[in-house]
Amino acid sequence: MGEKRKIRVLIAKPGLNGHDRGAKVVARALMDAGMEVIYTGLRQTPEQIVETAVQEDVDVVGLSILSGAHPILVPEVTKLLKERGLDDVLVLVGGIIPEEDIPDLKKAGVAEVFGPGTPTHEIVEYIKRHVKRRRE
Amino acid sequence: MPQELVQNLIKGDKRVAAKLITLAEDRSPKINQIIKEINPYTGKAHIIGITGFAGVGKSCLVSQLIGEYRRRGKKVSVIAVDPNSPFTGGAILGDRIRMQSHTLDPKVFIRSMGTRGSLGGLAKATKDAIKILDAYGSDIIIVETAGVGQAEVDIIHHSHTTVVILMPGMGDEIQAIKAGITEIGDIYVINKADKEGAEETLMELREALKLSPKKREWIPPIVKTIAIKGVGIAELADKIDEHFKYLHESGEISERLRRITEAEIRDIIKEMIENKYNDKLDNPKIRKLIELTSNRELTPYDAALKILQRLCLEEVL
Repeated sequence: MGEKRKIRVLIAKPGLNGHDRGAKVVARALMDAGMEVIYTGLRQTPEQIVETAVQEDVDVVGLSILSGAHPILVPEVTKLLKERGLDDVLVLVGGIIPEEDIPDLKKAGVAEVFGPGTPTHEIVEYIKRHVKRRRE
Repeated sequence: MPQELVQNLIKGDKRVAAKLITLAEDRSPKINQIIKEINPYTGKAHIIGITGFAGVGKSCLVSQLIGEYRRRGKKVSVIAVDPNSPFTGGAILGDRIRMQSHTLDPKVFIRSMGTRGSLGGLAKATKDAIKILDAYGSDIIIVETAGVGQAEVDIIHHSHTTVVILMPGMGDEIQAIKAGITEIGDIYVINKADKEGAEETLMELREALKLSPKKREWIPPIVKTIAIKGVGIAELADKIDEHFKYLHESGEISERLRRITEAEIRDIIKEMIENKYNDKLDNPKIRKLIELTSNRELTPYDAALKILQRLCLEEVL
């Protein structure tokens, strides 16, 4: 036994913003690259996102935020991930994130931020390069 | 596997359950050891299979069922299966979206699984995930299949109670009935029962069930629901519980379990042989046999028999 492992990615939209076309485009690109994408839909709280990440045992959590609430929501997610022992999960952020906010997000535990217009193959390649080879 | 992990699992540690399911999905060589250690803690849960064509409202109905069982004080787990693309191997596992109201309920566990190439509507790891969630302490395990057609009927070999969901005006109810659907359900649901044609669909289904050649003591009930409004859900849960009670009181449960176990072992044998064959395709002797078959000096049946003997011998040696 021993099949090729699949990279499992959670794509979530925390907070109140309801525009999800970008998230869906990325989800589709990841699926086309052979990954399993758990798309949880709109208006997720940090608690819901992390609980889903636990149950689905994901390798990557992708947060899509267009509302400007990232300075609050993102550190909340990374904090909860750490509390639940999910330190090895790759956290990526997409959406509208001003350049000057990126260092703080990275300090909070975000691996990389992908702004609008990022070619999806860049995101795919980043994930494949950085996802922690888990288990065993 | 450390004893501590098993103890944490049976105490209801969600993270442990999730990680063990991942090992099963990866078809880890450790899976046998895991099953061995959790076996004593399985056998309690009622396993309910939910199947039906795409668009009938399976996920919405499952979400309502979770709520109903939670009101009845049960610990509920759900395995929601979606197909992986045969071309890219990827999948969008989106059933969970409709169950999000239950995410933070400590007594609900929801796991999305891709079929990963399996064709029967379930993944190879589904049977292992069921056991893991059984040992985890679920009272109810709901398995939602990837869809239903003439081939996607694996669910009947993995569940105690199979629920088939239909809806009015599906295009051609007769086609649905021809698809063998009347053979596989213990309970039938007509969801979106407020839509036009609901009564007609119910009557056609009832007639088709009467005509079914399968002799059964349990007459499958038909429940009308409007999942999105929560209508009919309590009645459905009652019928599901009645079926479980019937299985135990009639003794049919042991026949069910025997069928489930037979199917499990068959699936594992198939998987093992297929893996061995795939691993050994570069072996010169096997390549020779394949070449002889291409040149029509051997039939594929002769080649298969020789290869099978070789694969089994290697194990023994």
